[in-house]
Amino acid sequence: MARVGVFVCWCGSNIAGTVDIETVLEAARRIAEVVHVEDNKYTCSESGQQSIKKAIKEHDLDRVVVASCSPLMHEVTFRRCIESAGLNPYLLEMANLREHCSWVHRNRGEATDKAIKLIGMAVAKVRRLEPLIPIRMPVEKRALVLGGGIAGIQAALDISKAGYLVTLVERLPTIGGHMAQLDKTFPTLDCSACILTPKMGEVLHDENIELLTYSEVEEVRGWVGNFEVQIRKKARSVDMVKCTGCGECIEKCPLKLPSEWDLGLGLRKAIYRPFPQAVPGVPVIDREQCFVFTKGKEKCRACERACPADAIDFEQEDEVIKRRFGAIVVATGFSLFDEKAYGEYGGGQYKDVISALQFERMVNAAGPTGGHIIKPSNGREPRNVVFVQCVGSRDRAKGIPYCSKICCMYTAKQALLLKEHLPESQAYIFCIDIRAGGKNYEEFVNRVQSEYGAIYIRGRVSRIYERGDKLIVKGTDTLAGIPVEVEADLVVLATAIASQSDSPQLARILRIPYDEHGFFSEAHPKLRPVESVTRGIFLAGACQSPKDIPDSVATAGAAAVRVCELFASDELALEPAIALVDAERCSGCLNCLEVCPFEAIREERVDSRRVASVSESICQGCGTCAAVCRSEAITMKGFTSPQLYSQIAAPFEEILKELEVEMPSC
Amino acid sequence: MRYGYFPGCALHSTAKEFDLSIRLSCPHLDLELVEVPDWSCCGASPGHMISEELALALSVRNLYQAERHDLTTVIAPCAACYSRLKSANKEVREDARLMSRINRVVGEEFTGKVEVRHLIEVLYKDVGLSRIESSVTKPLKGMKFACYYGCLLTRPPKVADFDDVENPIIMDRIVEALGAEPVSWSHKTECCGASFAISRPEIVVRLVDEILKAAQFAAADSIVVACPLCHVNLDMRQSQARNKYGRNYNIPILYISQVIGLAQGEAYKALGLDKHLVSPKDLLKKGLASF
Repeated sequence: MARVGVFVCWCGSNIAGTVDIETVLEAARRIAEVVHVEDNKYTCSESGQQSIKKAIKEHDLDRVVVASCSPLMHEVTFRRCIESAGLNPYLLEMANLREHCSWVHRNRGEATDKAIKLIGMAVAKVRRLEPLIPIRMPVEKRALVLGGGIAGIQAALDISKAGYLVTLVERLPTIGGHMAQLDKTFPTLDCSACILTPKMGEVLHDENIELLTYSEVEEVRGWVGNFEVQIRKKARSVDMVKCTGCGECIEKCPLKLPSEWDLGLGLRKAIYRPFPQAVPGVPVIDREQCFVFTKGKEKCRACERACPADAIDFEQEDEVIKRRFGAIVVATGFSLFDEKAYGEYGGGQYKDVISALQFERMVNAAGPTGGHIIKPSNGREPRNVVFVQCVGSRDRAKGIPYCSKICCMYTAKQALLLKEHLPESQAYIFCIDIRAGGKNYEEFVNRVQSEYGAIYIRGRVSRIYERGDKLIVKGTDTLAGIPVEVEADLVVLATAIASQSDSPQLARILRIPYDEHGFFSEAHPKLRPVESVTRGIFLAGACQSPKDIPDSVATAGAAAVRVCELFASDELALEPAIALVDAERCSGCLNCLEVCPFEAIREERVDSRRVASVSESICQGCGTCAAVCRSEAITMKGFTSPQLYSQIAAPFEEILKELEVEMPSC
Repeated sequence: MRYGYFPGCALHSTAKEFDLSIRLSCPHLDLELVEVPDWSCCGASPGHMISEELALALSVRNLYQAERHDLTTVIAPCAACYSRLKSANKEVREDARLMSRINRVVGEEFTGKVEVRHLIEVLYKDVGLSRIESSVTKPLKGMKFACYYGCLLTRPPKVADFDDVENPIIMDRIVEALGAEPVSWSHKTECCGASFAISRPEIVVRLVDEILKAAQFAAADSIVVACPLCHVNLDMRQSQARNKYGRNYNIPILYISQVIGLAQGEAYKALGLDKHLVSPKDLLKKGLASF
C-alpha cells in the first residue's frame, strides 16, 4: 500500500475562482491510498513547499500529488521540494488544474468535477511510479560559438575569460558581422569600428579561442555535454600560416567585382578581404570568379607572383574537421528584407533608392565613397533625402507582421549623420510611429528633430517614381490628413530585419525549433530567453529576434553565463525518464531506430541476435520509439504502460465496473 | 481559339472604337470571340457601392449566361467589367453558401465553371508574342508608346491575374512585338480617378494631369490603354488639365486593340481612330507613311 499525499493549490483565484476547492478536497480524501489531503493558496511559495515537506514527515508519505499548474511550470520546483524531504524526486505527479481546467472552463460545477477526475488520474499513476536515479555524464568543457558578429564575439570572449576553451565558427572570411559595416551607432554616436575592432583583435589573440573563419557547421550529433560537430573549412586558397596580410596580392589582381560587403556600391578583387580591418587579415580567393579557376590553371596567377611569402595555394582543398563540444551558442544573426518586393518603390530599379545598410556603407569613412553621401546615379550630393521606415516591417501584405525594432533609431541616426555631412541637406522621415524605447533613445530622436531639423511625416509612402534625376515620393500625412509629395534626390529604405534565409536548415542540423519567420525559438520568452529548448544549445543576438547592439551584447553575455554554468561541474545530471529496451522481447525490427528524432537508438547484438539499444545520454524520453514498438519491448521510465493505462482508466472506474469490464492490467 | 466575349455597356456606347478594333484585330490572331448571349450590365462601380448582393448578382447573371452556352472563358476588355466579373466569380466560387444565395437572387444555377480573363492577358499568354508578331504587316517602327494599365487591371493582386501588380510589363511586350517602342515610365498603374468623373471632377483633372505629364516626361508619342474609363478621362480632359495646370498636351490615347489593328494593316476609320478627341493623325504620319 502506497501512502499518497494530495496538495491542492488555489493559485490565488486562478484555480479557486473556478474550481470549488472544498468539494475537491472532500473527494480527494475518499480516493484509495490517499492518506493526507491539504490545500494552499500558493503551493509553489516557500510556505507552501514547507507544508509539503512537513506533511511528508508527519504522515510518512511515500508519494506526492500536487494539483496546481502545468508540470512545465513547476514540476522541477516540487521535485526538489520532495527530494529535500527525503523522497525520490520522481515519486511526484502533477494534476494540471490551471491550464487544463480552471483557465479553460467557466462552469464551476463542471470544472470542479473535472478537477476531481484529474486528481484521481494523478493518484492512479503516482501509486505505480518507481524511484528513478538521474544519469551522470562527463562534460566536454569546450564551447562552440556559431557566428562571428558582435554577439558571437562577445559570447566567445566571455566564455574564454571564465577559463574555458571556445571554437568560434564564422562562414564569411572575416568576423565582425553587420556591426563592422556600420558607421556610427545610436544613441551615443560611437564609431562602430572603434568599439568593435579591438574586440575582433582580442578574439584573434585569445589563447582559449580557436577562430575558424570561412567555415560552416555541417553536422551535429550527440547531446548536451557531448556534442560531436563536423565543420567544413572552405578552401581559402591562401596559406593562413605563411600569409603576412601585406595585401600585395590584392593590388595585383586584375579582376574588379561588385563588393558584397559594400552591397554593390563598391568594388573588390577576386582575391580580397571584405574590408581593410578584417580579422583574420588573410585574404581569400573567390573561386567562382578568379581566372585560374574559370579559365585555366596557366591563366593570370598575378597574385601568386606578387606574394612575397609564397602563401597563395590554388590547390588547397576544403578541410573537414570534427570536434567535441559541451555546449553550443548560436549567434548567426540576421539578414535584411529584400526591397524588391516593393514594386511601388521601384522594386530595386532606381539607382537613387538605396537601403539603409547601403547608406551606412556610404557614410562610413572606410566605405566605397570614402564617407561621402552621394546619389549613386550621378555622384552628386543630394539635397532632399527621404527616409522610409517600415519597409517590410509591420506590413502583413509583405509577410512581416512584426516590428524590426531598430529602424526608428538608426533612421534618426542616419538623418543626423546626413545633416552633419551635408549641412545644406534636408531629411524627411516617413514613419508609422517612432519607437524609441531604450536608454537615451527618445532624447536622441528629439535631438534629431529639434537640433538637426529632420522632418517627420507620420504616414506610409505609397509610391516612388523617377522624374528626370529626381525621385517623386508620394505618401500620406495621416496627422494632417492630406496626401504629400516630396521631390527627393535620394531615398533610403529602412528594410526589415529578417532571419537568415538558411536558418531552417541550421535549425534542423542543431535540432532546435524556429518560429514562422525563421527566428530561433527561446525556451521561455521571459525566464529562459537565451536558451533553446534543446539542452546545451543557447541563443545570442539577432538570430532569435531583431535586436540592437546593446541587446545583442547582453544576450551574448547571458548565453555565455549559461555555458559556464554547465561547465562548472565535471558531470552533468541527465533526465532519467528515458526509453529502455527489453532485449529479450525485442524482435530486432528496428522500427524504433527509424523514428527516433535524436538518433539515440543503435543496433546491438545480444547472443548473435539483432536488437535495439538506447544511448542514455542522447535519449530525450519523447516516447516515439515506444509508440512504434510492436513487441512492447520499449519501456518509458516514468511513463510505463501500466502507469499510463491506470491513469487513463481512473475516471472511468465506475463505468468499467458497471459494464463488468476488467480494469486494464496493472 | 474560341472565347466568350463580354463587351459591357461601354464598348457598345462611349468606347465603340474599342469594340470595333477588337473585332477587327482578333481574327488575325485566330481568336474567335462569341458575344455572351443576352448579356447585361455588370454593375461596375455604382453597383457595389449600393449593395454587395446586387453587385454579385449582376455579375453572376452574366457568368451564368456564358456557362449556359459552354463559353468556359470570358474575355472582358473593359477594366471595370473585368474586375467586377472576376471578383464576383472568385467570391462565389470560394463560398458555397454565398453562391447558393446569389443563385436564388438570379434565379439560375451558376456552378462556377467559367474563367474571367482580360484581353491583354489572353493575347500575351494564349496567343503569344510570336503569333502577334507574325500577324504584323505594318510594323509600328519609331513610335513610342506609354502603356497605361490603370488601377483596376492589376488590382487587387489576389483577384487580378497580371504579371506584376506595381510594374506590369505584358502590354509593353505586346507593343514591342508590333515593332513599336514601349517607354519606361512612372504612372503605369496610377489611378485616373474614373469613379470621381462626375462627383469630383477636379480630382480627376489633377490625376489626369499627372499621368499625362509623366508620359510627356518619358517622351511618349501616345498612351496605350485597355480601359474605356481611362480612355475617356485621358482623351477628354487634356484641355481641362491645360487650363488648370498650364501644360500643353496633345497626346493621342489609343486602345491596345487599335494599335494591334494598325500594325495588322487595318484602316484608320474601321478601327474607330477618327472617334478620338485628340486626333492620332499626326502621330500616325510619323510612324506609318501610308495613313
